[in-house]
Amino acid sequence: MAEINTGGGGHKKGGKKRSKKASTRVDLTPMVDLGFLLITFFMLATTMIKPQTMEINLPRNDKIDKKDETKVKMSKAITIILAKNNKVFYYFGETDPKTHVNPEIVTTNFSKEGIRKMLLDRNKDVVSRIKELRKFKEKTRMTDEEFRKEATPIRSDKDAPVVMITATDEAKYDNLVNILDEMQICNVSKYAIVDLSSHHKDLIKPYDK
Amino acid sequence: MPKVKIARKSTLVDMTAMCDVAFLLLTFFMLTSNFTAKEPVKVETPTSISEIKIPETNIETILIDKQGKLFLGIDGQTHRINLLKSMGEAFKITFTPAELKRYSLRATTGVPMNQMKAFLNLSNEQIDNPSAQHGIPSDTTVTSEFRQWVYYAKKENDKIVIAIKGDKETPFPVIKTVMKTLQDLKQVRFNLITGLKEVPKDI
Repeated sequence: MAEINTGGGGHKKGGKKRSKKASTRVDLTPMVDLGFLLITFFMLATTMIKPQTMEINLPRNDKIDKKDETKVKMSKAITIILAKNNKVFYYFGETDPKTHVNPEIVTTNFSKEGIRKMLLDRNKDVVSRIKELRKFKEKTRMTDEEFRKEATPIRSDKDAPVVMITATDEAKYDNLVNILDEMQICNVSKYAIVDLSSHHKDLIKPYDK
Repeated sequence: MPKVKIARKSTLVDMTAMCDVAFLLLTFFMLTSNFTAKEPVKVETPTSISEIKIPETNIETILIDKQGKLFLGIDGQTHRINLLKSMGEAFKITFTPAELKRYSLRATTGVPMNQMKAFLNLSNEQIDNPSAQHGIPSDTTVTSEFRQWVYYAKKENDKIVIAIKGDKETPFPVIKTVMKTLQDLKQVRFNLITGLKEVPKDI
């Protein structure tokens, strides 16, 4: 479809020979085709968004001190056990296999009304303070970094709950990520992933069908 | 009434502008995007509200598929070559330069060391078949192959950051083994790669 300008060379005047004025226009359709083809290729072959990540810090094996473990305030302790079919069990306080005083086990799930409600309720002091801080941030144009600096001591308040996360072998990776996510949502900064003890197994046995 | 003559207009459209747009977009895509690394298995990551982005360099990806098969890969072709070399030394296998090159072209690999040589000599079609890779054997013992891989990856590149990319359906014991191994190697800071989820509004 390259356009050729045929005008101009039509009538002769005075017998003078005039060279034909060739159009300098070039048809760009194939070039557009090529451009879009390459765009399509790049769109399909590449990723635009970098994947998100969640940072995890496990305690170092050699640094775990037996004394530290018992320092956890038992009144503030929550133990969460992840089980099959996205079920979640939790109990408050401590449990000692020797005394046979078993805590009340509550069965729940990952919904908004489930584990999140419990965590928010248990952590309401910290949550409300963070909320205030967030409002303050919006008003005063605090930078994200300053906000983080302010929020850290609030989250690690000494009265904030301490959450132990453990999972049965039937749990899925999704469950673990979900519960860690809930920790972030509910501003719980003191949590640890611990091993499932045989005592835990006994505790949840009647509920885990 | 005189006849209204419709002037015959050319149907030609000037393509210059469209061409400009196309190439502008092309330039944009070429500059902003990075190529998706080919992964041996398809993994559907869980979602989280976390917005931390993963670094692009010095990264070690541990890929875990639905069945719990482990794959491992580090970035940088020279790093990969050195990693396989040191793994070969540990397992008393010598790889030819061609095999090392072939390994370095793959972003993530999950093959037991005793099958590695055979794997690297597969034909181009077979090597991309997901069933060609059986996953890196792992357990919590000191001699586990997975542990060796992580150990030599760290030795090869000291600044390496570990990122775990697991499938939603991965059974928890596999994750536990991986985390235990990392903990044993004193690599207690690592990342879990997740998809994006909306932050709940009311909190």
